[in-house]
Amino acid sequence: MKTVKQISVFVENKSGTLVRVLELFKEARIQLIASTISDTVEYGIYRIICAEPDRALEVLKAAGISANASEVFAITLDNVPGRAADAVRQISSAGIAISYLYSFMLAGKGILVFRTDNPEKTAQVIDGQGMNALTGDTLLSLV
Amino acid sequence: MYLHPELETLSRAEIEALQLERLKKTVAQCMNSPFYRKRFADHHITPADIRSLDDLQKIPFTTKQDLRDNYPFGLAAVPMEQVVRLHSSSGTTGTPTVILHTQKDLDEWANAVARCLYMVGLRPGDIFQNSSGYGMFTGGLGFQYGAERLGMLTVPAAAGNTKRQIKFITDFGTTALHAIPSYAGRLYEVMEEMGIDPKRDTKLHTLIIGAEPHSEEQRRRIEDMLGVKAYNSFGMSEMCGPGVAFECKEQNGLHIWEDYYIVEIVDPQTLEPVPQGEVGELVLTTINREAMPLLRYRTRDLTRILPGECPCGRHHIRLDRMKGRSDDMMILKGVNIFPIQIETILMQFAELGNDYLITLTNEEANDLMTVEVELKEFCDDYPRLQALTKEITRQLKDEILITPVVRLVPKGALPKQEGKAVRVKDLRKTLI
Repeated sequence: MKTVKQISVFVENKSGTLVRVLELFKEARIQLIASTISDTVEYGIYRIICAEPDRALEVLKAAGISANASEVFAITLDNVPGRAADAVRQISSAGIAISYLYSFMLAGKGILVFRTDNPEKTAQVIDGQGMNALTGDTLLSLV
Repeated sequence: MYLHPELETLSRAEIEALQLERLKKTVAQCMNSPFYRKRFADHHITPADIRSLDDLQKIPFTTKQDLRDNYPFGLAAVPMEQVVRLHSSSGTTGTPTVILHTQKDLDEWANAVARCLYMVGLRPGDIFQNSSGYGMFTGGLGFQYGAERLGMLTVPAAAGNTKRQIKFITDFGTTALHAIPSYAGRLYEVMEEMGIDPKRDTKLHTLIIGAEPHSEEQRRRIEDMLGVKAYNSFGMSEMCGPGVAFECKEQNGLHIWEDYYIVEIVDPQTLEPVPQGEVGELVLTTINREAMPLLRYRTRDLTRILPGECPCGRHHIRLDRMKGRSDDMMILKGVNIFPIQIETILMQFAELGNDYLITLTNEEANDLMTVEVELKEFCDDYPRLQALTKEITRQLKDEILITPVVRLVPKGALPKQEGKAVRVKDLRKTLI
């Protein structure tokens, strides 16, 4: 199964906490590739794709910040309108629910990052449909 | 097993006989104090009216306000030349109060604390570290003298400076530690950060926890974290300080030393005795003190007397763990709630850390309770976090009958204190 390691940080809904996390990345000289946070009032979860996720997790934990690592899918899309729709349709029509999804552009490619409720089946769909799933290394090679 | 077997194993009849003898002596002693002389005269009673323990009921209650009104020395029952120590409350909520001690009072206090510490298995050879504040706060000197009386090497580490506290524990081979329960959790966290495993790297085997109401779940957590036995200690400066009541090895209720105190439990509203075994306000009469005896002192602490005999062989009655102070009680939408009820529920969730904060607010006429609690291990799983929040809310509602807003917060998000933890913030505006 080809996946990318994502770091999730449990942040307080309070000014200054996001800066603190980003400053830690800055001090440790770890490059951010993509990150996302939403405006839910209940829990602030800041999700990050970065170079050296293992070291990033160590740095965060050493600073006493609640964080964990998890595997998410990251697939590349040709830079043509409609490719995201195609990809999501193929996954959804296999009866897989997407928990969350975000996307960004890297080296002229669209990258779709997502987690589903059934990773095994998702991997089968990705392989079966000939989608290009990234690993940590292949993602880094695009940066 | 007993430091003072002749006193600890007295039968009920013997305890009561000793109490009556000491009560009469105490009442006579009180007549030296301008405050009690006037009190007795105002109520048309004389020491001769106290002929049985039941006659205690004839004497009016003494309150914290009485201590304030007669600050500093109005309750002295000995000439001031015989007073060798005073302790004073912080006075953050008004005029401070003062408690006076003769040398004999200090000796008896040390004896009581030593008896407690011996009861939980501490012996000469143990190394006792005290993380209480020293100075006016009685938890410092009270444990210091008691632990020394027992013959332990006693480390007056005092409050705060957690890393230094841990260094003492490892360097000196501390075997027993006195800490307030919230601070025990803090110590563990800092040990973790320092890479110290308390079970492997320290010789700690006993923790004395008190001064803050805490739940059984909180105790078990402290025991598991630090690999110790933790015993509940109850004291208050008006009654000397620590050493008033203490758990024995059974860990099932706190024996209150009835050769020092006469215990009553009253309804805080009506001031009538509550039916046996029911919760009410603890009222204590000191019967082993010279400088400043207190008759029927309203402690504001809520507890009950546990029924039955304790297997440890002591007949001194056992108090249930404190439910909190009558002052701590929150009234929300007409429901009486104690912080300890909320803590008991929260501590049952393995996912949650030790810190929590209850905030009360109101919008229009509606009281709202928000419970923020630290999540021990964060996991990026939204549905699971939601399910957990929902389950905590449901269980809290079952316990306190109103629905709080539960917020999971990251570890370390709640303010850390080295002193007594602030568990409740009441931000309600008075509505007219």
